[in-house]
Amino acid sequence: MSAPVKNTLLFVLVAAMIAISGFMQSWNTALLVINMGLISAIMAIGVNLQWGFAGLFNVGVMGFVALGGLAVVLVSMPPVTEAWAEGGLGVILGLLLGAATVVAAVLVHKRLPKGRTRGLAMLAILIGGFFVFRAVFDPGVAAVEAVNPAGTGYLGGLGLPVLLAWPAGGALAAGAAWLIGKTALGLRSDYLAIATLGIAEIIIAVMKNEDWLARGVKNVNGLPRPLPYEIDLQNDPGFVERVTGLGLDPVTASTLYVKLGYSVLFLVVLLVILWMAQMALKSPWGRMMRAIRDNEVAAEAMGKDVTRRHLQVFVLGSAICGIAGAMMTTLDGQLTPGTYQPLRFTFLVWVMVIVGGSGNNFGAVLGAMLIWFLWVQVEPIGLWLMQLITSGMAEGSALKNHLLDSAAHMRLLTMGVILLLVLRFSPRGLIPEK
Amino acid sequence: MDLLNAIVALSNFVLVPAIAYGSQLALGALGVTLIYGILRFSNFAHGDTMAFGAMVTILFTWWFQSMGVTFGPLPTALLALPFGILGCMALVLVTDRLVYRFYREQKAKPVILVIVSMGVMFIMNGLVRFIIGPNDQRFADGERFIISARDFKAMTGLREGLAIKTTQGITVVTAVIVVALLFWFLNRTRTGKSMRAYSDNEDLALLSGINPERVVMYTWLIVAALATVAGVLYGLDKSFKPFVYFQLLLPIFASAIVGGLGSPVGAIAGGFVIAFSEVTITYAWKKVLGYLAPEGLAPDGLVQLLSTDYKFAVSFVILLIVLLFKPTGLFKGKSV
Repeated sequence: MSAPVKNTLLFVLVAAMIAISGFMQSWNTALLVINMGLISAIMAIGVNLQWGFAGLFNVGVMGFVALGGLAVVLVSMPPVTEAWAEGGLGVILGLLLGAATVVAAVLVHKRLPKGRTRGLAMLAILIGGFFVFRAVFDPGVAAVEAVNPAGTGYLGGLGLPVLLAWPAGGALAAGAAWLIGKTALGLRSDYLAIATLGIAEIIIAVMKNEDWLARGVKNVNGLPRPLPYEIDLQNDPGFVERVTGLGLDPVTASTLYVKLGYSVLFLVVLLVILWMAQMALKSPWGRMMRAIRDNEVAAEAMGKDVTRRHLQVFVLGSAICGIAGAMMTTLDGQLTPGTYQPLRFTFLVWVMVIVGGSGNNFGAVLGAMLIWFLWVQVEPIGLWLMQLITSGMAEGSALKNHLLDSAAHMRLLTMGVILLLVLRFSPRGLIPEK
Repeated sequence: MDLLNAIVALSNFVLVPAIAYGSQLALGALGVTLIYGILRFSNFAHGDTMAFGAMVTILFTWWFQSMGVTFGPLPTALLALPFGILGCMALVLVTDRLVYRFYREQKAKPVILVIVSMGVMFIMNGLVRFIIGPNDQRFADGERFIISARDFKAMTGLREGLAIKTTQGITVVTAVIVVALLFWFLNRTRTGKSMRAYSDNEDLALLSGINPERVVMYTWLIVAALATVAGVLYGLDKSFKPFVYFQLLLPIFASAIVGGLGSPVGAIAGGFVIAFSEVTITYAWKKVLGYLAPEGLAPDGLVQLLSTDYKFAVSFVILLIVLLFKPTGLFKGKSV
């Protein structure tokens, strides 16, 4: 069987599995799987760009995804004018002062000759700057958070259309990635892993605690949607007439319509990004990246600036993760910083890339759809399995209850087993790199 | 008097908790650093190994408690600890045999091993959640305090109290014993010496007839013991929650890297550096400064540099600073 046939078959297989779940469970579930699968596919392309093309080990995917979600709030929610009037100036000024402190310290580090003077000057700037920053920033934050804390208590966004938030999410993630890459790239590969792991935790901590930014753990609900609300569709006589003509129940039809709409939107974004990633892979730039990945020393000897190229691809990949994060938050309709878990948003995406085939964009997409499908379906399957195992046990026995309760945790176990099996027996993944 | 009060308040809220936390981090970082030195990869599953060892210990603790076996004023968990260590040793040896050995024989790149350890992390995390569930478990019993704040106040007549929890005392004592044993083992015994030789120069060690599989096995056994002790002490001191152990990965790695990966002394120093900076930077200094500052100059605010939710940020920033200015860590570690 030639490679293209095999790959097509693999995609058809995944599609068939989703279709079966559509027939067996419900089309709503199937569409949910497809939507999150498409978003996961975009994340996987981002990680594949970093790991598959360039060999960068980024385990901070969660942070960039969360930044994308933050962008949705910052772009699409209406501004809270009262909060801006009360403390907006203080917050912005405080942030600018904080940034100025860091820039000043970096400048001192670059300009002054090495020695004790430089160290002391940097220390003085950083400590002084920190206290000035807190003095300006804290009252501003207090003022903002005091404005209607139950309803808003934050600065709000720009009130722009929500679709604009997707590229904005990418830009926000790219900016953060640039900062991280500037400091952490050029270090050893394990160190980059630890650095990105840490930065992701910090981004989540900031989003959880800085209530003035996006209400922290109080969540921002009711984000604007690019598609109509189900309830509006059900009240729209034209829509009801059309779907009843097709023999469908208006309530079911409206949810399916909205979900399908999201699927189309996500598919368009995925195809654009996939096309760009394919073009990049085939271009001289892509060949250079793989040359750097395979042998950094040789690439450097050929005059390639390895650190700069690494920074470039790190920023690009993170931006893609940011876009996916913004899309996910749009789909959810709310930003809930408490739900970002590294196992789900960082390590699961890694499983997708490795299983699909690192270095191959189609592999990343396939892996994402497949793993996401399994992630959703393992729970019902696990529960069914547990019921089968425990069916012989006495009703109400402690072991039986425990096993049934634990079925929900089969997911992590399954993902770990899949990852290890693929790494062991098919380390190049389902669709290997050419 | 004010000075004494300030010192007591400082010890109560900063020194004692930081020493206990530092010992826990140091034990965790020792495990990471040993794996790094001898197996040459960053083990992402370490936090979950700790959780697994602690879980086995908790299960035995419950069993002992249900049989009415206690350890007097000390927590029963100390009796169960050896069984926890054995359980954890069994798990890591099986993992090594089934998973890591294959890649070792292939001489896979370190980064591949890191990804493999990610898979192991998933499995261990799933196992722990599967067996004991994702919720908080408390298993500390026995006396709660070595000295409680009220007794201390009555004893000294100071306005500030100093409370030392039993778990904090046990943590420090156990950590000292474990570290002393470890260093004795590494420096005095034949196996320990062969481990250090293998870590310094693999080829030379092989030439001198050191059996690598034996070295690796001993490393895993020691790491399992260290991880279980660290996990149990942390669980006794705070509480046991699987997800928290995963999050401990960051401060533990920060400790190991700050001290210099591959250097046991560095891991201990790094643990205390990270713990002390986390606690001091997130502590509200109002009370201490209130005693020290002259009349009328006492601060109004909490004088807290960062909110406690940012303690991860502290370990991370220290990590970054060390990496930027001294990439091999405070004590010369290795860079593979």
